[in-house]
Amino acid sequence: MLPIVKKKKQYSFGDIVFYTITYFVFTILTIACIYPFYFLIINTLTANEISSKTAVLLLPQKLHFDNYVKILKLNGLTDALFVSVARTVVGATLTVFASAFLGYLFTKKEMWGRKFWYRFIIITMYFNAGLIPWFITMLNLGLRNNFLAYILPAIVAPFNVILVKTYIENTPQALQEAAQIDGAGYFTIFLKVVWPLCVPILATVAIFSAVGQWNSFTDTLLLMTDSRLYTLQFILYRYLNQASSLASIMRNSGAGIGQSVSNLASSQTAQSVRMTVSVVVILPILFVYPFFQRYFVGGIIIGAVKG
Amino acid sequence: MSSPSYGNTRVKIKKNKHRDRFKLFFMALPFLILCFTFSYLPLYGWIYSMFDYRPPFKLYQCDFVGLKWITAIVTNPVYRNAIGDVLRNTFAISGLNLLTSVLPLAFAVFLNEVKRGWFKRIVQVLTTLPNFISWVLVYSVAYVFFSTGDGVVNKLLMDMHIISSPINFLASDNHTWLSMTLWSLWKTLGWSAIMYLAAIAGIDQELYEAAKVDGAGRFRMMWNITVPSLLPTFFVLLMLSVANFLNNGLDQYYVFQNAMNKAHIQVLDLYVYNIGVGSMNFPLATAVSMLKSIVSIALLFTVNGVSKLLRGETIV
Repeated sequence: MLPIVKKKKQYSFGDIVFYTITYFVFTILTIACIYPFYFLIINTLTANEISSKTAVLLLPQKLHFDNYVKILKLNGLTDALFVSVARTVVGATLTVFASAFLGYLFTKKEMWGRKFWYRFIIITMYFNAGLIPWFITMLNLGLRNNFLAYILPAIVAPFNVILVKTYIENTPQALQEAAQIDGAGYFTIFLKVVWPLCVPILATVAIFSAVGQWNSFTDTLLLMTDSRLYTLQFILYRYLNQASSLASIMRNSGAGIGQSVSNLASSQTAQSVRMTVSVVVILPILFVYPFFQRYFVGGIIIGAVKG
Repeated sequence: MSSPSYGNTRVKIKKNKHRDRFKLFFMALPFLILCFTFSYLPLYGWIYSMFDYRPPFKLYQCDFVGLKWITAIVTNPVYRNAIGDVLRNTFAISGLNLLTSVLPLAFAVFLNEVKRGWFKRIVQVLTTLPNFISWVLVYSVAYVFFSTGDGVVNKLLMDMHIISSPINFLASDNHTWLSMTLWSLWKTLGWSAIMYLAAIAGIDQELYEAAKVDGAGRFRMMWNITVPSLLPTFFVLLMLSVANFLNNGLDQYYVFQNAMNKAHIQVLDLYVYNIGVGSMNFPLATAVSMLKSIVSIALLFTVNGVSKLLRGETIV
């Protein structure tokens, strides 16, 4: 039996064709997904007089970091960086805690109205009043130009609650019972027993909500008119539309930003400003991503099974 | 095992459990209130569709007009035409997205055939990356590559003398639906495949061994073992996207919209934004999003019912 199996390992002509095509297609797809980011990075590092004339495709030419130094000196940008980081850290922390705690509470069969309240939360995943009613509510709650508008609506995230609840249901219940017999209350059990068990799923929730917060754009667009509360995404969007002509920037933005951008005019082009801000927005994700991506597969499969 | 003291503790726990019913509820209450505030309280805003509301005024200062705005959607020819176009776009783009929903499945099935672990991992990790990038950044990438003056693609084509004047990919209305579908495919393909890859990992390897013994080839095994094992996941996701047929989201279409492609890019969510926040027509925007929500929830429960009927499983 064994030698025959080994002989079969020899690749037939069909195998070779199959593998060549498969590897080729996957290589193309992968390059299509990653190359744009690489392109942005090498072009921001290339001297602007070169990158504005020809397409730099493989390696940066005349390496320099001027674009970054000057971009980070723009007032609006560091403010936006701070807002983006703050909403990501605060928002994700609260969402992780809320998802973990709610997920835990919903595994307790003795909770009053458990099924009803669980559905009460889950149904919001599919149903919302609509953009304008939501907008009006946010105004009525005084959340226009208020940092809390970034945080409060995101705390209870139905999908994350499902993930954690399902995860806890698959952990051994005996651990919780043992702690209960030792006299631990619900909250103590949550902190001492459930939380440590849930670290993998909570990492998934953390990265979901952190990425969600970092990428969020619509809430700034709708609710923020105070430039101190602008996020990086929003600033990037404005640059995309306005950096095309420096004149229009000076017309449209506040004196502070307009002034410093006009100083850039000598060396920086509209395109280099755009690309540099894009890289600033992308880099944190590129850095964090490799560490968290291994949690996705495990995390997502549970959510995929059922709500 | 069952010593008397153990039995007593058990009874005590049971009693505690009864008493704890409300304790547990009150622990959850703050979060339930948050959920109510941001998901249910906005329903009150539906009332704005029944007033001739103009922003600086208070609601009670405006005229109550009942269903005027809701019926206007159908009776007023201007709105009717606009919403007809918007619905056509929504259906086209959602429909194309539904059609492409097989691709992640194919992606996973073929990636599973790749035997080199490192290659598989690299493909998986790197194709997932765009999913974690915001739509603004996707647009930024699109701009860097496809804009008229500075766009790379135009630069290259000009340098190679294939074209003589730049093509304005972004500000053209040709193939808007298709390009929107391709962008969202680029963003989500790898990510959606992860779900199927996880499901593949759960397939019993003995099935493949048995098939091999029976002389099944690669394609036969893919078609008769891998694909059927993924169908349940596929159907759940398909049903969810049918239920979300009207919800295209705002971000993508907002960032890609311009004066040229407006006719084909305005999906329901974008339309609501444009008439609500753009033209300050709150009542009409509310009426439209209200109808959208009602249709969505009806769709969801229909799909849920169908799923129950066909597969004995619910998705809600």
